[in-house]
Order: sequence, then C-alpha cells, then structure tokens
Amino acid sequence: MNAKHLLLPLTIVLALPALSQARPVSFTTELSPYKGDGAYVALYLTDAAGKYKQTLWIAGKKSKYYKHLADWARGSGMKPAEYDGMTGASVSSGTTLKLTLEVADALIDAGYQVHIDTAVEDKRDNRSEVVVPLTTDGAGKPTAGKGYVKSFTYSF
Amino acid sequence: MLRQLHSLPGLVAALLVAVMALTGAILATDPAQQRLHAVIPADGEMSVADLAGNVAQYYPGVEQIQRAPSGAIIVYFRSGDTSGADLIDPLSGQAITAYETPAFMRWMKNLHRSFFLDTEGRIATGSGAALMLLLAITGALMLADRAGGWRNALGPIRGTTAQRLHGMLGRAALLGLLLSALTGLYMSAGSLGLIPEALEAEPEFPPEEPLAAPLPTHTLAALKAIDLNDLRELVYPYPGDPADYYSVRTDQGAGFVHASSGEMIAFEAHSSARKIYEFIYMLHTGEGLWWLGLLLGLAALTVPVLAVTGTQIWWKRRSGMPTLAHNTPADAADTLILVGSEGNTTWGFARTLHDALTQAGYRVHTAPMNTLASGYRAAKRMLILTATYGDGGPPASATEFLAKLRRFNRTPELRYAVLGFGDRQFPRFCQYALDVDAALLGQGCTPLCPLDMIDRQSPQEFARWGRNLGDVIGTSLQLEHNPERPHTRPMQLAERVEYGADTDTPTTVFRFTAAAPTQKSGILSRLRLRYRLPYFEAGDLVGILPPGSHVPRFYSLASSSKEGILEICVRKHTDGLCSGYLHNLKPGDCIDAFIRPNPEFRPASGKAPVILIGAGTGIGPLAGFIKHNTPHHPMYLYWGGRNPQSDFLYQSELQHYLEDKRLTKLNTAFSRSADSAYVQDRINADNEELRKLIQNGAQILVCGGREMAKGVREVIDDIIAPINASVQMLKAEGRYREDVY
Repeated sequence: MNAKHLLLPLTIVLALPALSQARPVSFTTELSPYKGDGAYVALYLTDAAGKYKQTLWIAGKKSKYYKHLADWARGSGMKPAEYDGMTGASVSSGTTLKLTLEVADALIDAGYQVHIDTAVEDKRDNRSEVVVPLTTDGAGKPTAGKGYVKSFTYSF
Repeated sequence: MLRQLHSLPGLVAALLVAVMALTGAILATDPAQQRLHAVIPADGEMSVADLAGNVAQYYPGVEQIQRAPSGAIIVYFRSGDTSGADLIDPLSGQAITAYETPAFMRWMKNLHRSFFLDTEGRIATGSGAALMLLLAITGALMLADRAGGWRNALGPIRGTTAQRLHGMLGRAALLGLLLSALTGLYMSAGSLGLIPEALEAEPEFPPEEPLAAPLPTHTLAALKAIDLNDLRELVYPYPGDPADYYSVRTDQGAGFVHASSGEMIAFEAHSSARKIYEFIYMLHTGEGLWWLGLLLGLAALTVPVLAVTGTQIWWKRRSGMPTLAHNTPADAADTLILVGSEGNTTWGFARTLHDALTQAGYRVHTAPMNTLASGYRAAKRMLILTATYGDGGPPASATEFLAKLRRFNRTPELRYAVLGFGDRQFPRFCQYALDVDAALLGQGCTPLCPLDMIDRQSPQEFARWGRNLGDVIGTSLQLEHNPERPHTRPMQLAERVEYGADTDTPTTVFRFTAAAPTQKSGILSRLRLRYRLPYFEAGDLVGILPPGSHVPRFYSLASSSKEGILEICVRKHTDGLCSGYLHNLKPGDCIDAFIRPNPEFRPASGKAPVILIGAGTGIGPLAGFIKHNTPHHPMYLYWGGRNPQSDFLYQSELQHYLEDKRLTKLNTAFSRSADSAYVQDRINADNEELRKLIQNGAQILVCGGREMAKGVREVIDDIIAPINASVQMLKAEGRYREDVY
C-alpha cells in the first residue's frame, strides 16, 4: 500500500518477471473542457482482439466507482492485484494527465493496443474511447477520444 | 449544562451548519424538479424490452439507458462522431430535452458534501452533521425542560422575539433536521470508510463465448421480464464486440443478458445491507421521494435563522452578565455565589462580593442561580444573592433554581447564606429569597448565617451584611458597593394626554421620542440627526431615573420601538418622586431612561384567545398588546377605572380597536359610577364564557396594582374550580402572567 504514495512522480516499472527488457514510455492524455467533476480514467493494454492484458494506470482513488470504467472492469475483473500501486488522483476537466511508465519491449510492436476508459459522476461512461496500437510508428501521433479525451499521445 | 451543550456547539457550528443546510435546501428541490419533467408509466405498464423498442426508433446508436430515482429516463447515444444524452418520454421513445446535470446543482452538491475539499471537506461536513444532531437533541431537551415536560412542549413559547422565533422554528423543523442529520452522518461515515460501505451487487462477467446472431433488443426475454419502474441501468453491448453482453441493473440486483438467447446470466441480488444504505440515501436526498425532499428542504431553511437567533440569544445572555475577573471553574471553587437577578442590579452586588472574596484569597465561582449543578466537589460556601420578581416569584436568572435544587446533592461541609434584595414598600418583601432559604433548609442544608434582606439597594445594609459574613468565615470583608448607573438614553417628551386633570391624582399618557442631540452631546451623537430608541416591545419596562436619584422607577410600556415612540401611562401619586417629576414635564423636555426587557409578560404566540385584565394605569401594556393584534386573534379586555367621565384611559383608542376587530370584547367597570363595580365583578359576571375560553387554551395577562391582582386571582380560581384547574396550574403552564406594582 505504501508504494502508492511513492509513485506520485508517476514512474512505474511494470512487473513482468518473464521479460527482462523494458523502456520508459510517456503517455499524455489531455481531457477536453467538459462540464463536470474530475474524470476517472483507465489506461490499459489489450491484445489485438481486444482481450485485456495489463493495467497501465487508473486515475481515481475510490475503487467503488471503478465499475464505471466498464471495459477495463470487465477485462481486469477489478481485482486489486491488477491495479495495486498503479492508481492516482482523478483528472479534472481540461487538464492533462502525463505518465511515464516502464513498458516491456515484448509489448511494443507486438499487436497490443492501448485502451482508455473514462467515467465522470452523473455523466456518461465511455468504454474504450481511445484504442490505439502500441507501435514504434504510432509514437507521437495524437488520437482523439470519443468521450472526454481530447487527445492521447504516447512517445518513447 | 444542557444549555452549554446546546449553545457552545451551536456557536461553533453556526456557519458550517448554515451553509450545509442552505445548500441542502437547494439540492432538496432537485428530485421534485426532475419528477416534474419525467414521464412515468404505471407499474406493470411497460417492460424494459418495450422501452428498448421505443428507444430504438429514435436512437439507433443507443449505448446506455438509465432510469433516475425520480423516474426520469435518460438515453446515452452516439451518432457518427457525436455523442449525447437525452431525457426521453419512455412511452414514445422520443426526446423531451437534452440531459445534463445543471452545473449549478453539481456545484451545490460538492459544496454540500465536501466544501470542494474531498476527504478533509467530508470530515468537516460529517462533523457538521454530528453537531446538527447534537443541537437537535439538546434543543428538543431544552424545549421540553423550559415548557415543564414533554407534554407541554407543543404549547406556546414565551420570551424575546429571538427566543420565540428560535423555539418555534426549531420545534417545527426538529424531525426534519434530526432525519437529515442522522442520515447525513451515516452517509459521511460510509464515504469516510468509518463503516463498511454497502455496494451494489457486482456480478462477475460471464465467460466470453462466441454468440449466434444477436436478436433485436426489444425481443429479449430477460428484458421483457423486467418492469420499467424497476430499471436502474441498461448498458448495450459494445458495437464492435460480438461476444459482449447487455449489462443490466435493477432495484433488485444486477446481471447480464445474453444478446442472442435473451437469457439473464449471472444475476446477483443486492445485499440487504445495500438496501438499507439505499433507503437511508433516499431519506437524505429525497431522490425517489420528492415530497420528503421538499419537506427536508423546508426544515433545512430554518437553520440559518436558528443560527442567527441562537447567536443573538447567547449574546444577550452573555452581555447581561457582568464580566467577572478570576471566576474560578465551578468544580474548583471553594465559594459559590449564585445570583438571582431580573435586571442587572443584583449582579452589581454579586460582583462587589466576588471581588472582595477573591481579594481575600477565596476561589470564587459566580454564576446565575439557574446554573445550579447537581453538586460541587470543592464548595464549602454557597452564597445566594437574589431579588424577587413580581408577587414573590423568581427573577429571570433563577426560574429553574428550585426545581434544580430538588436534584442537588449537598456535600456535608457545605454551608449556605441567602441575601434577598427588594423594596419594603411592597408586600411580600423578598419573598423569593425567603422561599429559597426555606427550600435549602428543607433539603437539610446548614446555614452559614441567617437570611438577610437589603432594602432598595442600600449600600450600607450590604456592607453590614458583608461584615457579618466576614465574621462568620473569619475574614475581614469590606463590601463597598457603588451602584452602577444604568446605561440610559435621552428621550424627549413629544405629547401628553391627560385624564382627570382637575383631580389631585391625574393620570397621564406620556409619549416620548428619541431625543435630538444637544450641544452637550459628543461629536458622534451630533453626527446623527437623532438618537435612536432602544429596542423594546409592549409589556417591557422602561426604567426612568428622576434627577438626583440612583434608583430607577419602572413603568410598563404601552408601545413598541417599531412605532418610533415610547409610551407609558402614569398616575400621579401625592408624594411620588418619579410620577411627580414626569407630571411636571412639558413637551420638549428630556428624560434619562433605559429599557428592561420583560419577555414573560407578553401574549403567547399562536391563535389561542388572550384575556387581558387590568385596572388603572395597568391598561398601558394591555392597550399596547391590542394595538399590535393585527392578526386579529381573539382578545378580551377587562378593565377597571374610577370615574367614567375623567378616568376612562384610552377610551377612543379602545373604541377604534373594537371597530377594526383587534379587540374582540371590552368590559369596563368603574368604582365611582352608579353601579360602583370592580373589574372582578365583570369577570365574575362572565364566568361561563371565561371558563370556556380557559378550557380552550386561553392565556391570561394581568396588569395593575397588587390588590386588584389578588382579587382577580381569587375570582379566576373560583371560575375554573369546576374544571379542576387553578391559577397556580395556569401559571405553571405559562398561561397566567402578572405584571403588578
């Protein structure tokens, strides 16, 4: 549990014991200026068929609201082990969430996709509002989300 | 103790709780507003499948359907690149309006539950709820305590305007505030994690399996089986995912619906803990129970008024007590000085005694008699300084003393002394001091020195008592009391109306206004055009200091400060220092006067009939009550004078009040007329009607001389004896009040 507090600088090493090689990836998620409270945001990886693989980050501290991040909730089963140590504050309207995470090389250019689910109290939930393949080519190219995400970019 | 438990948290919480209550009251309108816009089919009229069919016609890109607790149906949809949410009519599937929680309400909600401060804010609002609960409970206890028991708690409330407003609003809002505070506290405890939060049923996602071709939503069997009014949320399968299910939440539980077979899978019922949580949530927010929301909102609206009036009451009580240097806490004091004071004169003596004893090294605790605790650990001496109010009654700061004394546990070493203050001119001189002394003896307490009495605030007699006390306790006590001149204001005689000017005891109605500042006034006073009249109501007293006297004379007021005049009715006594002074005043002359509130002597709130009885100049405050009876509550006046030709005070005014129904009935008796009757005779003649009025909750206010008041008590006792009532009982209920002189 203490790890949570240490992770505020937003640098995370994904624990993937089988894979030795990893590199830092920056994920930049800019929210549009919607009217409402802070958004819960789930960043996670799926395989090419959309099957859940790995949680990257959950913005939003109260796990009782996680069910609104519907696709992520379904894939991860909302098991604390899936997101322990990977959570932070919710993201306010119009602000940008910047994360730098260690991602295993084996997950890059290997058909995996970054998904983003978002939810805001008393507003719509957006499941997989961003779906982009995690590839070297895709780095630095912004993608617009279908809900609260104005643009999403990752770079190595 | 109870009062401290009420007023201290009240002062601390006033602003906090007022903000929470105001925002709560605004939020409380939301369920009713939502309900106004919602179209709600009857139970059993529509299934979720029917709704999905209607929705499909207008929203091919539907993603999610929600049913708010108000019954409003909201459709979240996407068409092309745009997404939106509409409030719809479930019967047609058509949009009523675009849906969005108004920013204003969202802002209010955040202010209400957390002051925009998340966890810290939630701790603050949770504490606010706890304080509100404490205030509601102690407030109710005080109300019952004041009224003399729960049975009388719904009776009329007396006191100053602030006290009456505080009591009446608090009483009316009590249940609502209790409910809001209790449920709010529960919700705070839940969101702060102090009690486990009961979550909705959260069934596991069923394993994915390849599906056959999906069926249209409105044909799915599981959705046909759910009544629309049980629905909370229906989430459609993700368009790009053929293996996805519908997920559905209802009032009963949550589950998934197979898109091709239409079967419900993995349904899980809500736990009973969750159902309790939802019930409490509903009670707090009024969501799904709009009328309760409105009632709670109304109750919450009283809170800012309660906060303001409560602070006023506290301030008034505080400023009424002199500040005492070195007032030892009650439990640590070896000497207690308990004060029974109506105005503040007795407090002045108490302070002199307090200072002298403190100087001599005693640890002294000085407090109003009403604060008598059930016991004092270290006290060896209890010195009681008390005035007497009216006809042998307790003064304002001692009204609860005798009742509390019955529960008092004396320590064996405690000795007491009672010092009464009064005026020997009146019968029953220092009667209340005598009663207190007798009650203490009756409790088995041991006197330190015998009861003593001070006539007309005599500093010499007080010093003599001090020497006696000093001898007994073995300390030399020099009590030098310099009576403080009351803080007076100048008032200017505007008008005098004379009755019986040719007799040797004429009666005059004096009308004063605030005096214009003179050259002698300070700069600040001259900046204003006029002095303002202090606040007072009819029935309060004005203290007037005749030149060269430090002892004020009190007269009952016939007007309220709202009218801009101060009116008294004074009979000239042959040797009267003050009445003679007043009768020599000419319009334009100024007097020095101050106000002493007399909140007990006032018509109670409510519609119960009021019987006003008076003689002579006692008509003054009674005429004032009638003048202000603009709501036209039934008011009966019995008044006795001497001579109908020279002595009929307020004759034209009373005629006028009768005509416009402010006065229901007027009965006069004149002792020096043909039938030579007294007011008691008129009362006796109407005995049946009066008995009926009293039986129906009438209140009686008597103003005038002692003899008259005694005669009236006797005749009223006779009248109500057949219904097993007595003046004593009416007095205990606060329904019989006297202002006698």
